[in-house]
Amino acid sequence: MRYGRGPEVLSDISLSLPRGSFHFITGPSGAGKSSLLKLIYLAARPSAGAIRLFGEDISQTSPSDWPKTRRRIGVVFQDLLLLDHLSAFDNTALPLRIAGHKAADYRGDVAELLTWVGLGARMHALPPTLAGGEKQRLAIARAVVNRPEILLADEPTGNVDHDMALRIYRLFVELNRLGTTVIIATHDQDLVARSGRPVLHLDKGRLKPLPPQGPAPIQGTAT
Amino acid sequence: MSEPFDPNRWKPAPFLPEADARDPALIFVVSVLCFLACLTALFAIAGDRAAHGWAGQLTGEATVIVRARGGETPDAAAARAAEVLAGVSGVGEARALEREKAYDLIKPWLGDVRDLEDLPVPRLVAVTLDRKKPATAETLDRALKSQGLDAVVDDHRVWIKDIQRAAGLVRATAASIFLLIALAAGAVVAFATRAGLAARRDVVEVLHLTGAEDAQIANLFELRFARVAAISGTIGAVAAAALGIVLRLIGGGQGITPALPIAWVDLIAVLPCPLLAALVAAVAARLTARRLIQDL
Repeated sequence: MRYGRGPEVLSDISLSLPRGSFHFITGPSGAGKSSLLKLIYLAARPSAGAIRLFGEDISQTSPSDWPKTRRRIGVVFQDLLLLDHLSAFDNTALPLRIAGHKAADYRGDVAELLTWVGLGARMHALPPTLAGGEKQRLAIARAVVNRPEILLADEPTGNVDHDMALRIYRLFVELNRLGTTVIIATHDQDLVARSGRPVLHLDKGRLKPLPPQGPAPIQGTAT
Repeated sequence: MSEPFDPNRWKPAPFLPEADARDPALIFVVSVLCFLACLTALFAIAGDRAAHGWAGQLTGEATVIVRARGGETPDAAAARAAEVLAGVSGVGEARALEREKAYDLIKPWLGDVRDLEDLPVPRLVAVTLDRKKPATAETLDRALKSQGLDAVVDDHRVWIKDIQRAAGLVRATAASIFLLIALAAGAVVAFATRAGLAARRDVVEVLHLTGAEDAQIANLFELRFARVAAISGTIGAVAAAALGIVLRLIGGGQGITPALPIAWVDLIAVLPCPLLAALVAAVAARLTARRLIQDL
């Protein structure tokens, strides 16, 4: 994969992630972690090769079908992409609104989720008034609110403290336990090591699988 | 301290911010374009009416030039021609013009000549035709020839043709100006949509990546710019109507000039402006937005 006529950012990537699996993607900055996630959430197209999502070859599907596919994927973007003119509640409810759900059906769930990520008192707040960690949690809430089949997170714990990082990790584990395939791109080696989850290691755009290592795994239960 | 947030009273906020700093400038430009479009429509209608009025007057009349022949005096020849013409089917009235009127007509060329009796000045017969079934110039000519009169019938055909050509030109010019203004308004809205999309790229990107259909996103911009254009269209239409009212009031029954007789009923022409402006804006915004979204 390359951007425009630039150099290849990913090459010789061949992997298959089973439904319901949990993977970390690691690697130094510029290794291609975000690009790999972009390919999965259909924000970029490979210059060669094929991507199969939910059993379908994406190159064989019409771009008009992609929005439906994207609704099955939750993404925590590296730069969060929160909408500054919408409240935390509105930002979180966005995927549900786009999918056409009725407000009455999800109001309670959104409020509960925001409370769970520690934003119960900030539901009406606009993103510019939130602290870095709060924004990150809001982005996570938006990504998971519609119980996606695949959850992609690009540095989801970059701006939160250790306790919140663990709390967020446990949320991901809980979603995974309920059947969501989770892929997290992170620099947080401690979290990766303690999770005991398989790691896809990228270096200069090439994939190098590393075995799980480090201290005892964290218990995968959500609170 | 503000009230605690109550999810049960929450109402979804619009995806696009309600107000944009560029809106006033856009409203001003589109309002001016709508004003010009409405004014063009008003003037086109008034010009068309003037042309129809003149053509109608000329169509209902004919002029016959009668020259005396043999020992007959010009006045006698004119009187006989009027009598003959009055009996032709399709003629309402035929009246020989007085000698003085004939002299008045040639005065600009000959000056104030005291005694014109010696000159063979032709006489004129004014013919009013039946509006429903007017007699043709050929019929009149035949009737005059059959009575041995030396006469030339002028049914104003040349003038009518010119006036009709002028009216057509007025209509075509007005339609072209109207089209140009509509295209300019469309281009302005397309430009504003492009700028709006660029400024709200964050919204477009998030909606796009969270599964919004292209049409869903385009609809947001379409509705937004249609609303802005409808407001602008209303402002432009009201301003044009106000100017029309002023022209009608200061110009009396004929408007400001007989060439552009504005009637009260003409003001109805500005009514579709807000709707048309919204339609042009919606189409321009939709096409621009869809093209830009596809490039994401």
